[in-house]
Amino acid sequence: MLDPMLQRIASNPNYNELRTRRLRFGWTLTIAMLIVYYGFVLLVAFGKQTLATPIGDGVMTWGIPIGFGVILFTIVVTAIYVLRANREYDDLTDRIKREALK
Amino acid sequence: MRAFLTIGRVLGLSALAAVPSAVMAAGAIEGEAVRQPTNWTAIGMFAVFVVLTLFITKWAAGRTKSAADFYTAGGGITGFQNGLAIAGDYMSAASFLGISAAVMASGFDGLIYSIGFLVGWPILTFLMAERLRNLGKFTFADVAAFRFEQTPVRMFAAISTLVVVAFYLIAQMVGAGQLIKLLFGLEYWVAVVIVGGLMMIYVLFGGMTATTWVQIIKACLLLGGASFMAFMVMSAYGFSFERLFAESVRIKTDIATGAGQAPDEAATAGRSIMGPGNFVKDPISAISFGMALMFGTAGLPHILMRFFTVPSAKEARKSVMWATVWIGYFYMLTFIIGFGAITFVLTNPAFLEGGVLGAPLIGGNNMAAVHLANAVGGNIFLGFISAVAFATILAVVAGLTLSGASAVSHDIYATVVRKGHADSAAELRVSRITVLALGVVTVLLGILFEKQNIAFMVSLAFAVAASANFPVLFLSLLWSGMTTRGAVIGGFLGLISSVVLTVLSPSVWEATLGNEAGSAPFPYTSPALFSMTLAFLGIWLFSVTDKSRRAAIDKAGYVPQQIRSETGIGAAAASAH
Repeated sequence: MLDPMLQRIASNPNYNELRTRRLRFGWTLTIAMLIVYYGFVLLVAFGKQTLATPIGDGVMTWGIPIGFGVILFTIVVTAIYVLRANREYDDLTDRIKREALK
Repeated sequence: MRAFLTIGRVLGLSALAAVPSAVMAAGAIEGEAVRQPTNWTAIGMFAVFVVLTLFITKWAAGRTKSAADFYTAGGGITGFQNGLAIAGDYMSAASFLGISAAVMASGFDGLIYSIGFLVGWPILTFLMAERLRNLGKFTFADVAAFRFEQTPVRMFAAISTLVVVAFYLIAQMVGAGQLIKLLFGLEYWVAVVIVGGLMMIYVLFGGMTATTWVQIIKACLLLGGASFMAFMVMSAYGFSFERLFAESVRIKTDIATGAGQAPDEAATAGRSIMGPGNFVKDPISAISFGMALMFGTAGLPHILMRFFTVPSAKEARKSVMWATVWIGYFYMLTFIIGFGAITFVLTNPAFLEGGVLGAPLIGGNNMAAVHLANAVGGNIFLGFISAVAFATILAVVAGLTLSGASAVSHDIYATVVRKGHADSAAELRVSRITVLALGVVTVLLGILFEKQNIAFMVSLAFAVAASANFPVLFLSLLWSGMTTRGAVIGGFLGLISSVVLTVLSPSVWEATLGNEAGSAPFPYTSPALFSMTLAFLGIWLFSVTDKSRRAAIDKAGYVPQQIRSETGIGAAAASAH
């Protein structure tokens, strides 16, 4: 037996919208992160030559920008999620709470 | 070869376990360090840090009255502060000295390590951080056991926490002893006792408030010091990576030539720092090790605990964002510092044994960042960096101890023994007794393990966190069909299999137990790929076949838990004291 307030939230379309949107966004970014990281690991395992190939005439290889790219990607996706969640999802959550406590 | 082993030994990771053990005799933090002359500048700087943190502890002690103050600093830490504290909790001396030494030795391979340590943070952010904050009070077991029968799930979570904390703590203690012997010229046991004693003072009297501020100060000092070093290195090369790398390749080529290699061999050796070397022995080890680092980060109890120190889900999200920014930035700095060590340290006879080019560093390769500090900032800055390395260990062990103590007092004593009816004062007393006991045991184990090869311990802690804590926590949050029976059996399967497979792997079977090379029954670097799979399968199988009355209660509890975890309704009470 759900208590009436939880029942109100569970059947609130706003709550279901919040839930679906957030889960979809969270999983999309998670899968992107998994692809980028394990892609990098597999490249290290099977594509050593690719990473060790010089970019131009100098000593700089593709491995350096790709490696730094993975670090930057990690920071950027985290920031994207947090900034969006703190704006959009929290507003929606506040609305759901107000409606539930009415 | 040597390069890897330095990485492995310093970080306490066993990736290189198949390396013959004779070669493993090199290495410093976990190998036996050569005692250096007493460094008074470093000791003076460290004394300043200690006095400052003791004042903070005194101030924090005045504010630590209830169990909630002790475990979570009353929930009053901001997201930005908590982000710095998480970074301070996570960036160990091994990652500062070890990764920069690894980069100096083998270039690009050091970067592969750093990346593994960073990629767990987004996963923690997207799927867990705010849910943790909304459901938990003091420990991650609050969350993992939320809708289940308390006693069995709490006991599992507490045992798993203590296993992770124990291995992590011993690794830090032994590392501390070796490092301080090296940096300060103190005896090994003196160093271990100082670390243990200060850690007990911070945690006993100042609880989470003092621990948090020690971690914040340490993070600022470490980030500041590392930024200065990277800045000095880059400014010497006109802020051009191309020039820094070209110079490094030239020096590595010269060293190879000096070692008697033919010109084309030497050129290959020089260029090898710009691409992956032998870090990855086989793809299965690479993926398994990557999984341990990624999901282990999201299952470390002392890190998860930090999410309960902030007042809301919003601040919890901000914490991980800042933590990821600082940790990512720090790993970029260590890469520059490692290359700086090639150009400033490997070329300067003053830092090399016997003053001969191509000889090992004085004090071992782990001294790369320390010698570089001397090269770019003189003796004062050398003292500063040495003191920062000491402070770093203190911040990490304080966080670990607090986490271990909360597992005993909050999960076992207050919830299991007293069935949730312990008063705050009694719970606090049990926490403090546990801190004392943990401190004494850790110091003794640290001394006992001085000459042991404990390189596997940090990777084991990550593997257990990934294989036991993470699956239980993750599925309890996101899978409505999970039951008490599934959580306990699956969790223990992950815990036991990760420990057993680690013992059977080359890093323990050959390097620590001394069996002959190639005889290890489990050939891979890390057990995570197998033990995590086993845990997830176990949780699933023993949940779907569970038709007990308890299972019905567990499943019915999912919707209320989900609503609270996603909206925070009911969560305010957790942090309102």
